[in-house]
Amino acid sequence: MRHSTMLRIGPVGFRVGSDWRAPVAALEALYRNYPKPQDGIPDFSVRLFAARPWRRFVRSAVHIGGDFVIPDAAPLPLAQGLLAAEMGMNLQMALGQRRYLLLHASGVEKDGKALLMTGESGAGKSTLAALLMARGWRLLGDEFVLIDPVTGHAHGFPRLISLKNEAIGVMAREAPGGRWGPLLEGTPKGTIRHLVPDARAIAAMDQPAVPALLLFPNFGFEAAAREVPPSECFVRLTQASTNYVSLAETGFDALTRFVRAVPARAIDYPDTASAVALVERLWGELA
Amino acid sequence: MSGALLARALREPQSVEALDGAGWTALLAAARAEQLIGSLAWRVDGLAMPDAARRVLADARAAVEQGRLAALWEAEMARRALASSGMPVVLLKGTAFVAAGLAAGMGRQIGDLDILVPRERIEEAETALLAAGWEWVKPDPYDDEYYRRWMHELPPLIHRERDRMIDVHHTILPLTAKVTPDATALIESRVALENGLYVLPPEGMVVHAAAHLFADGDLQGGLRNLWDIHCLTDEFGGAEFDERLAVCAARHGLTREVARAVRLSGALFGDGDAVTLVDRLYIRRLLARDGWGQPTRKLTEQAFYLRGHWLRMPPLMLAKHLWTKWRKGYRPAG
Amino acid sequence: MTRYCAADPATLRIEPLDSLTLIYHRSSGITHVVDSPVPELLAVLGSDALTLDETLAALAEAHDLIDPDAGALAARLDELVEAGLVERC
Repeated sequence: MRHSTMLRIGPVGFRVGSDWRAPVAALEALYRNYPKPQDGIPDFSVRLFAARPWRRFVRSAVHIGGDFVIPDAAPLPLAQGLLAAEMGMNLQMALGQRRYLLLHASGVEKDGKALLMTGESGAGKSTLAALLMARGWRLLGDEFVLIDPVTGHAHGFPRLISLKNEAIGVMAREAPGGRWGPLLEGTPKGTIRHLVPDARAIAAMDQPAVPALLLFPNFGFEAAAREVPPSECFVRLTQASTNYVSLAETGFDALTRFVRAVPARAIDYPDTASAVALVERLWGELA
Repeated sequence: MSGALLARALREPQSVEALDGAGWTALLAAARAEQLIGSLAWRVDGLAMPDAARRVLADARAAVEQGRLAALWEAEMARRALASSGMPVVLLKGTAFVAAGLAAGMGRQIGDLDILVPRERIEEAETALLAAGWEWVKPDPYDDEYYRRWMHELPPLIHRERDRMIDVHHTILPLTAKVTPDATALIESRVALENGLYVLPPEGMVVHAAAHLFADGDLQGGLRNLWDIHCLTDEFGGAEFDERLAVCAARHGLTREVARAVRLSGALFGDGDAVTLVDRLYIRRLLARDGWGQPTRKLTEQAFYLRGHWLRMPPLMLAKHLWTKWRKGYRPAG
Repeated sequence: MTRYCAADPATLRIEPLDSLTLIYHRSSGITHVVDSPVPELLAVLGSDALTLDETLAALAEAHDLIDPDAGALAARLDELVEAGLVERC
């Protein structure tokens, strides 16, 4: 590949190669405080490539490849090259991660204990995690949380926080002085802008936390909280994990242990302010 | 060139001890691209290596172990579905290697379940599988007719609950290929496993792998195929086996292909068999991967793609097939 | 007469949670989330090859069934056969 860079997010090393300079330059700028993969050997490679040589220049379309790929993944315009790189890294995690039970969840940490939030896209788990980060929690990650099958601990994966549409303005107000990527308009998910996790999240990204509370947030309803029994939690988490099946019995053990140990609540919230208040109240009740 | 790095690591595992971070990165990328990372993990187990490489390889071993269980389970469910019919069910390729506990199964990545059944009973097999929860993958009338008329298998079926594919073959090469293996003889040569399923004898496995290598079009997956052949000849090799292999190859009209496959696997993974000029072209193509595990030398590849199609289908039929595919927006890779 | 046998208990990890039970089937790598009477059914079947009526009788004896219904039991057994936890043998 013409251009490439390496970086490490939590315990996972990546190599990203590109036919164009721009996506790699954007990654290098935004991930400049991140470490490199251990031993110089990445866990996964991502490739951003042109389907035909001349398509590097004419109507450039960025195809996403790598160690693990989905056939026929639609390409993105070059202006969204950063998004393509992020999607490529997410894809490697979703399809290739075997060391940790991968939960499609956001997470924050306080006093060594982890609060995890999972749910459908649009439930606001990224925004909630970013808001809690702005209020002094340590961000574990806005997209994936990694459960170590041996210890049961949650490892962070603090990649760039991917904020969509209204959430971009919300966070610009709540976290003034944050470092941002370019505004990406007209993506398959609307307008997207990446926020760099704060210095603390990056510096402490190798410190795992003990899962203490799991929330299933649901945006758009009166503020309410409902206890989720372990069996329902188990089923919902198998749906929120892309590698539960491929971890076989190890995954079964990890998830069974998790749902037995970690209390879970489904929460409804009408706006972000009441969500944050609700989350902090539930967290306080645990102590 | 990472393809050569991979072949060398499989041939001489100790060679990895000299690799630096960049070397490991290229080796792992090539091994993933060739679907040989599980085999590599077994080969280099216990050698000195950086922690990061050890972790990636440990993950690969766990992944192939899970794949092995899933493959054996698919075979078992196919056995249950077809048990009442009483027809012999012969496992092929990776599932056969792990079911028979062969060295070729160590670390082998396994995709779909491939089984061979007698041609005259293939519709009965189809009915039984449909009744047991398998469904058609794509209800495309053109593809369907193409498969049924010309291919060596039923259109692929997928299980509605387990989401796993099964390919039911009645012979080991398309009916349109110039060489037509003797499927009846293959089935008659079957070896029984304890669980009521069958596999081909080792010489039949080698012949099948060689047939695929040279008939399956573009040599994609060729390195893994040759690694299978190397493991089989290594495990069963000897004068007596060579003779059985020669007889088996001759019976199926694949003498040249089998001889070439054995030479290539020997050159790549064995003691460096003497190779011909044409063999060198094949080897160059087989090892053409860059540091990202990607195929290089596109022109050579294209030539092999057309050659492969040529072998599989007579020219006019090929033109008709490609035209139908192109109209549907399909282009060959490269 | 169709006879049924259950998967070898050594291949099953059975973990009761609240109202439901998790079954991890080692041979298939599949996790089943099941309700009563599936765990009970697997326990009475064991490796004995039982007919439908024998299964119903064994289940009634072990668990005090108030309303033994052969039709419902046959439907459950068919589901378990498709899931691979029970085999017609």
